[in-house]
Amino acid sequence: MAIDRRDNSRYKTFTRRAMLLGGAQAAAFTVLGGRMYYLQIMKTDEYRMLAEENRVNVRLLAPLRGRIVDRFGTVLASNRQNYRAVLIAEQTPNIEDTLHKLARIVEITPESRRKIMRDVARAPRFMPVIVAENLTWEQFAQVNINEPDLAGVQPDVGETRHYPFTTELAHVVGYVTPVYQKDLEKDPDEPLLKLPGFRIGKSGIEQKYDEPLRGIAGASHVEVNAYGRVIRELSKDTGKPGAEVVLTLDMDVQQYACERLKDESASAVVMDIHSGEVICFVSTPAFDPNQFNIGYGAAAYKALLDNPYLPLTNKAIAGLYPPGSTFKTVTAIAALDAGVDPLRTVNCSGKYAFGNHLFHCWKKEGHGNMNMHDGIKHSCDVYFYDVARRIGIDAIEKAAKAFGLGQTYNFDIAGEKAGIVPSRAWKRAVTGEGWQQGETLISGIGQGFLLTSPLQLAVLASRISNGGYAVTPHLTRAIGGELLPVPQPPKIDVNPDWLKIVQGGMNGVSNEPGGTAFRSRITQVGMELAGKTGSAQVRRISMAEREGGVRKNDALEWRLRDHALFICFAPVANPQYAMSIVIEHGGSGSGAAAPAARDIMLRVLQRNAVRQQASAVPHTHDHDHGHGHNHSHDVEEG
Amino acid sequence: MFDLRRFTGREMKISDKLLEFNWGFLLLLTVISCIGFAMLYSVADGSFSPWAMKQMIRFAAGSVMMVVVALIDLRLWMRIAYPMYAVALILVAAVDVVGFKGMGAQRWLDLGFIQLQPSEVMKVALLLALARYFHGLALDEVSRIRNLIVPLLLVVLPVGLVVKQPDLGTAILLTISGGTIFFAAGLAWRYFILGGLGVLGAIPIVWERLHDYQRNRVFTFLDPERDPLGAGYHILQSKIAMGSGGLFGKGFMQGSQAHLNFLPEKQTDFIFTMLTEELGFVGGITLLAFYFVALMFSINVALQCRNQFGRLLALGVSVSFFFYIFINTAMVMGLLPVVGVPLPLVSYGGTAMLSLMFAFGLLMSCYIHRNLEIGRGSSSFL
Repeated sequence: MAIDRRDNSRYKTFTRRAMLLGGAQAAAFTVLGGRMYYLQIMKTDEYRMLAEENRVNVRLLAPLRGRIVDRFGTVLASNRQNYRAVLIAEQTPNIEDTLHKLARIVEITPESRRKIMRDVARAPRFMPVIVAENLTWEQFAQVNINEPDLAGVQPDVGETRHYPFTTELAHVVGYVTPVYQKDLEKDPDEPLLKLPGFRIGKSGIEQKYDEPLRGIAGASHVEVNAYGRVIRELSKDTGKPGAEVVLTLDMDVQQYACERLKDESASAVVMDIHSGEVICFVSTPAFDPNQFNIGYGAAAYKALLDNPYLPLTNKAIAGLYPPGSTFKTVTAIAALDAGVDPLRTVNCSGKYAFGNHLFHCWKKEGHGNMNMHDGIKHSCDVYFYDVARRIGIDAIEKAAKAFGLGQTYNFDIAGEKAGIVPSRAWKRAVTGEGWQQGETLISGIGQGFLLTSPLQLAVLASRISNGGYAVTPHLTRAIGGELLPVPQPPKIDVNPDWLKIVQGGMNGVSNEPGGTAFRSRITQVGMELAGKTGSAQVRRISMAEREGGVRKNDALEWRLRDHALFICFAPVANPQYAMSIVIEHGGSGSGAAAPAARDIMLRVLQRNAVRQQASAVPHTHDHDHGHGHNHSHDVEEG
Repeated sequence: MFDLRRFTGREMKISDKLLEFNWGFLLLLTVISCIGFAMLYSVADGSFSPWAMKQMIRFAAGSVMMVVVALIDLRLWMRIAYPMYAVALILVAAVDVVGFKGMGAQRWLDLGFIQLQPSEVMKVALLLALARYFHGLALDEVSRIRNLIVPLLLVVLPVGLVVKQPDLGTAILLTISGGTIFFAAGLAWRYFILGGLGVLGAIPIVWERLHDYQRNRVFTFLDPERDPLGAGYHILQSKIAMGSGGLFGKGFMQGSQAHLNFLPEKQTDFIFTMLTEELGFVGGITLLAFYFVALMFSINVALQCRNQFGRLLALGVSVSFFFYIFINTAMVMGLLPVVGVPLPLVSYGGTAMLSLMFAFGLLMSCYIHRNLEIGRGSSSFL
């Protein structure tokens, strides 16, 4: 049959081609299987890692910054909750729009808006950027409620640094600031710095012990879905909170001293003459360190800069003053060391002729015959002109340096200034001229080139009163429960008997009638102090003025008045504490500095028993003990 | 006019047909579908709603439909091939006029009681119409140009309408299944070579007319890392999911890529990825093996058929089925650009499931009536 034959031929063709298609399918399936083998067997490790990266998001947890406490455990710097709102750029389609909506709840200034946009541009898109901080509870609640409308905005509770004592400790504890670009460049491998809201210590103890205070970052491994939403926490490493730093400070004394000096531009340092522990460290006026944490407003910051009392300067370490008559203690030691007989007298007629210059005593009519004890007690300039001339600048320089002037101590607060102890070499190096002997006389009474900081003067008083040990000051007792070692100070190469003579002179200043600070003595038995007044001239007194009678400080405008200085130690019988105080343009040491020093030192001594008892153990993280002990005031003050 | 030497001379009764029905094949389809149910259950985080239960109901309905379709005499299917095609074409055209948008493309027709996807109907109707047409041509007539005008129109008309919707995946599948019938009918090789050259020449023209998202898919396919968070995201995440599954997978319902939404469209186009993520290489190969057995069975049906209509129809169904599987799996493995083609029997989707079961019904009808000889002339079945 013809039809059958034709049908047969197309059946053959069909069979051939169907087999071909079947073969092609088998080949295609082989390709599929091969591809699966490649992806799932050969490349599985790589893709498994990618899947983990997808799924697991590591979020760094900022460790709680360590607290800073005084020797009794009074909290000087702590953390408090900071309600804030963060924005995750990739979760919002329109940042401007989101910020606009958020601005209905929280005020967003054009300035902060710019900053937010800059932060967003800089950070990866999944990184939360802080858009509003320090929200009130009401604002925070509103952000929470309106979260669905605020695409990309999440309420967040952070920790922020808090300084309960504000200005009273600004120059001790220092402050923290947000992390700036240059901080990142300095330490590019520290992941903590990239955390939103992280703060870095920029001054004072916060800066010095920034590293132990920071602690170790924790990490939270969270499972996230494709939209970045956290599904669950897989594991959490809480990290390690920052170490607690215990200071040597006695906050009670500190507050008292701040109150006592609050209207002055002044500084005061009290230290333990044996250990070098600083009990009180005041530089006033100061600023509110909390404001640096939040961000000082431009206007407020400018006001600080323009303030003639220089609130931003830590005067106790960076204020340099001619030591004035307080330096006579050094001249006396140098003289004794050079073999000057302390009983030898010099007649003070009110002036001292040397070469063709006339050097004046502060007492125009003169002191009469003065030995060393009287010279110190009455602060007779003529006596020290004479002694200085005899021993020369080299001996004075040696004693000044041995007793701690002209140097820094690697103190706990950065910014120490070394000041100047002049010498022949120094003058040649600086001015290119040779030393004039008249300059030796001026140096002998603490004027001229000499510049010292209040901290150095406190060290000077300590070294005189502790029998000649080169003690150095420190502010930190313990870090993280570990007491810091206090090295035994080396003995200064000086005869202790001579120090006794100087101490005796200082005792005369305060406790003998006629002493320059007799009016500011401590009358409580067993607590008497011995001191030395000083007034540092800040203007040149012209010949004409001297003829017509030197103008009284009260008659001068503030910035022309003398600086008032006082150094002292107490108790006289068994010295324990030394102190220096400088009141800028305070008038005279005896009039302004000595009374304040007396009051503060008395407070120090009255708290002696409390301090001995409570300071025996360093404060640790155990917050339950260590407060108490007659320590009536607490955080709410300040 | 029947060939009396081969035909027993009596018409098959329903009971004969039910005996002839290859129940093993339906069992195989059921097994494949069950894998799909399991995956849909997993997609819903361990719930039968919203996908698994509906899919099961559809498969049950589809199975009943398959049996009914299989029992209908193959000659009847041949007789209504052209009318069915005409209706399907009208429906496809109607989508352009009254259809509504779904998934960014205009593909659905709301008939009030059911949302119909006419392109799915067209897939079956085109196979029927082409098989019907080539059944009537002897081998030496097939390659004559005047005989090719009608079948070419049969293909081009629906493809053009579908491309306009736009539904590139369906257009490609229609073209391929149409081409398969041409090929199986014995069209001379030279036409395929010419056609291949024609396609190459048409690429720039087609490129001009492609939608942006379609172009992006091609770009993305060529270089998935080009924009890993944008257009390349889907394919990259799919490869990550598959690769991270490894040999045995992360375990049922444990796929992190799928359950954390890194994987897109995982209940439909990317369900194979999810399967390989959770059940691993072993699970994926097992499913492919089931598919392969089903494909070989269907080619065997075509080979056993004693009538050209049945042969062409069975092979057309088989090859369409194959291309669904291949395009979908190759796409999720990153071997082909992203084209919206579901994985047959496994991906969630009503119309696709029903049209597929309908096609399997036709295949089974070919199988049941495989010994039926039908003459080329129209008089032999009218």
